[in-house]
Amino acid sequence: MLAVRDLFCDRDDRVLFENLDFDLSEGQVLQVQGSNGSGKTTLLRILCGLNDSYEGSIKWYGQEIEDQAASFFSSLLYIGHRVGLSKVLTPLENLRWSCSLKQAVSDDQIMAALKEVGLRGFEESPCYTLSAGQQQRASLARLIISPAALWVLDEPFTTLDTKGVTMLEKILQRQAQSGGSVLVTTHHSLSIAELTLLSLG
Amino acid sequence: MTEKNTTTSAAFLATLKRDLLIAFKKKNDIVNPFMFFIIVVSLFPIGISPESDRLTEIAAGVIWISVLLASMLSMDSLYRSDFEDGSLEQLLLSPHPLFFLVLAKNISHWLVSGLPVVLVSPLLAYMLALPSEAYGTLVLSLLLGTPIMSLIGSIAVALTVGLGSRGLILAVITLPMSVPILIFGTLAVQSTLNSQSPLGYLSLMLVMLSVSVSLGPLASAAALKISVN
Repeated sequence: MLAVRDLFCDRDDRVLFENLDFDLSEGQVLQVQGSNGSGKTTLLRILCGLNDSYEGSIKWYGQEIEDQAASFFSSLLYIGHRVGLSKVLTPLENLRWSCSLKQAVSDDQIMAALKEVGLRGFEESPCYTLSAGQQQRASLARLIISPAALWVLDEPFTTLDTKGVTMLEKILQRQAQSGGSVLVTTHHSLSIAELTLLSLG
Repeated sequence: MTEKNTTTSAAFLATLKRDLLIAFKKKNDIVNPFMFFIIVVSLFPIGISPESDRLTEIAAGVIWISVLLASMLSMDSLYRSDFEDGSLEQLLLSPHPLFFLVLAKNISHWLVSGLPVVLVSPLLAYMLALPSEAYGTLVLSLLLGTPIMSLIGSIAVALTVGLGSRGLILAVITLPMSVPILIFGTLAVQSTLNSQSPLGYLSLMLVMLSVSVSLGPLASAAALKISVN
């Protein structure tokens, strides 16, 4: 579904990657590996359309992503380093907004998702009172609600505890089994059957 | 298609609600510029002269300039925290037209920063000894002018949100573009004082408002994309 050909990107005259080719198909989890500064985040942002300083072709079902931004964005869910939660709002209020940017959601769906990521009882606490791991969990609750076919996750494991890591692995596996696909950067070694690796730098 | 339209309006409303909620929870961002506005205006009778003749002459100009300065102060809250916490990326990755989402943010910003200024302006006009027949024109001109300031400021903030130290850049971009509003706003009030009709100036401002509503969010959206890049 996602085909990347001959991707080239440099930053300040330093080549981050060149001649990068890979495919992502339905039911696949692709883990992007690489040392610090090897361009993992840049690659993910390029694939999401957040960064357009690249050369090469990125095709989504046979069509360049920039030619079909709206339909590509509706099948994409991106969670970056910065979790996308306003500090003064509660997880419920944050998700109400960020989910409704993609599709209509009910409060029940959000509550159920927050419960599933272990934030029961914290739905109404402002995010600045939550720990980094809890904020990460709140942000990951979007995965449970989202029907998006492609998930792009930048270091989603960093602040999670061991239980959280197992939980997220399960969620990723479920996405792969239901025919979706996942692009993820992490230094963890994941125990997911559908996993393939991509090394940068 | 209709389904897409309804979800676009849902996303528009959700963005509007969210920004109002944030403003309500972070009252400082809103109260500070408003207090600044009131303080600046109150300094003029003290610094210049408490004589009503003198004050009447400068009243409209003083209020308009203070509005402009206060709006500069309030602009920063528009995209800054969204940029820092990653919400801006989520906004940019929405399948809905960015125009409407940015417009929702602009409207919310105006509701919490522009509208209070408009509402309190007759009181300050009274303090500056502006004759009461000009109140209507003053309020109307502010009602047309403050949204334009929000829309123009939005472009400038969107352009500079990614920069670490912005200093004066915001003012350098925004103030020159706001000069026409300042001119027509004060002229409208002056012409009422001279017993002439202010309608010509007000309709010019209405034209500027329609142009900014239709083009401003487009420019802000493009600028945001560049800043996040």
